[in-house]
Amino acid sequence: MQLDGAAAATDQAAARTGKGGAPPCGRGSRRGRGAPYLLLLPALLATAVFLGWPMVRNLVLSFQNLNMKELIQHLTEWVGTGNYREILGSEQFWRVTLRTVVFTAVNVVLIMVLGTLIGLLLARLGKTMRLALSVALVLAWAMPVIAATTVFQWLFDSRYGVVNWVLDAAGWHAMTDYDWVGTQLSTFFVITVMIVWQSLPFVALNLYAATTTIPKELYEAARMDGAGTWQVFASVTFPFLRPFFLATTFLEVIWVFKAFPQIFAINQGGPDRLTETLPIYAFTEGVGNLHFGMGAAISLLTIVVLLAMTAHYLRLTLRQEAQEEHEEAAL
Amino acid sequence: MKRSLAGRIWLNATAVVLAIGFVFPVYWMFNTAFKPTRDILSEDPVWFPFHGTFEHFATAVHAPDFWTLAGNSVVVTVLAVALSLVIALCGAFALTRMRFKGRKGILLTFMVAQMAPWEVMVISVYLIVRDADMLNSLVPLTCFYMLMVLPFTLLTLRGYVAAVPRELEESAMVDGCSRRQAFLKVVFPLLAPGLMATSLFGFITAWHEFPLVLVLNKEPGAGTLPLWLSQFQTRFGDDWGATMAAASLFAVPILLLFLFLQRKAVGGLTSGAVKG
Repeated sequence: MQLDGAAAATDQAAARTGKGGAPPCGRGSRRGRGAPYLLLLPALLATAVFLGWPMVRNLVLSFQNLNMKELIQHLTEWVGTGNYREILGSEQFWRVTLRTVVFTAVNVVLIMVLGTLIGLLLARLGKTMRLALSVALVLAWAMPVIAATTVFQWLFDSRYGVVNWVLDAAGWHAMTDYDWVGTQLSTFFVITVMIVWQSLPFVALNLYAATTTIPKELYEAARMDGAGTWQVFASVTFPFLRPFFLATTFLEVIWVFKAFPQIFAINQGGPDRLTETLPIYAFTEGVGNLHFGMGAAISLLTIVVLLAMTAHYLRLTLRQEAQEEHEEAAL
Repeated sequence: MKRSLAGRIWLNATAVVLAIGFVFPVYWMFNTAFKPTRDILSEDPVWFPFHGTFEHFATAVHAPDFWTLAGNSVVVTVLAVALSLVIALCGAFALTRMRFKGRKGILLTFMVAQMAPWEVMVISVYLIVRDADMLNSLVPLTCFYMLMVLPFTLLTLRGYVAAVPRELEESAMVDGCSRRQAFLKVVFPLLAPGLMATSLFGFITAWHEFPLVLVLNKEPGAGTLPLWLSQFQTRFGDDWGATMAAASLFAVPILLLFLFLQRKAVGGLTSGAVKG
């Protein structure tokens, strides 16, 4: 999922639930006690079959030694916790994990800060300019990830790429035939530019849409008190849109962490596997090197890392839900 | 209050620079696709495709099975998105409007399901589909794409359902509607923008999914367009013209869909978002 980077103009809705959620009810639930379960049945069933089953299968695989030979001949060779011990004992895994966390953090911070700035800019522009910038953002947002990675490879091509030409024309002649995927840092630079470019529109457009819902009186009151631009943001915009920021950050963490085609297409995690993040690492070990059991074990550890990174948000949301239920019960 | 002239110029200049920055990669894709090869591989970039040509598009379209793969892509994407919308809407309604045991657990399930690393689960998915003897079929592909977008769709729709005032539904029920009628006649029309906005995400996800189709549908003619697009990168190597033409053809449906749906989507968000 690109998410990819790419996604829908919708997050604010999720953010809203974080804050207000369902209006108080209390009535209606007595009638048809089974109704909610019936309504949820298709979703739960589909999740169990098409996600739960592969997950269980994955878990089972992670305790096996499964290579091409075993796969073709339908053999099963159990190794107990061998795969896990090997991975957790390898320096490589921990280095990749640290790299993934740093990579995700850098990208998400860039996306959230720049996205917010562009969203606020949209709110201040005149009608025509706002439309122009919005269309530009939508175009970037709508680029399918695979197409976008292809285009960025072409933009950063060492011989005929536009980027090198521009840098050269600007006087930086060392960049004339610069090989962007030659070093770890420059490869990450290209990947980050691409991911940020694709993710900003989602944040910016939704933030702009969300700011239009802030009551004007709040701004006026703040200005009356002599607040500057930054103070207005800190005292009005940010607190009002807190749920939006939380939910969006949560989604961006997931999307950046899981970024796969972007990294894989640019340089297959190279040079020397130095730009592998956890998903790429799991894929290279599992599918690439045909150690399927090992790949399954890494993919499960990947989920654990992602869960740890998002635990704070998950806890917050559940606490909010509990609070709402509590309030409703009190009514 | 009026902003100073300098302030306005500064704002607009920033906006222009940003707009160019965001559009440029998209523009460069189309530009390269329409340029003859000698203009593509030139020392100085050719900024406008004055000597426009369709030869790259011809190369792209004449790749084997193009139309079959395009058809497959459309079928799989539309079915996956439609199914996930229907299933998610039912679930979202129950999760927002009803209180029942296990609600929080179910909510958590979907939030975690959203994190599923599909790219690395391809092996187990492959084994399951192989054992069911369904390799090279569009059915498992549709099902798995449906599930890839289901958690996000459900969680997002939850927000939209919550934004529809409960009173509307209740007054319809006072007027003699059953709960189902109240939902279909009152709530559903108000959800339309939300459904469209949410479906965008599903469309783009299913449209460009690559790792799964690569493993499951290997037979020629059984895959989807991302397979075709990736062929260009591997088979033609440095033929950037054909690659960009293929990327353009691949991107155009989604670009159009976004331009068409996005205004409704954001409009729907703003009108619905007033309730805090």
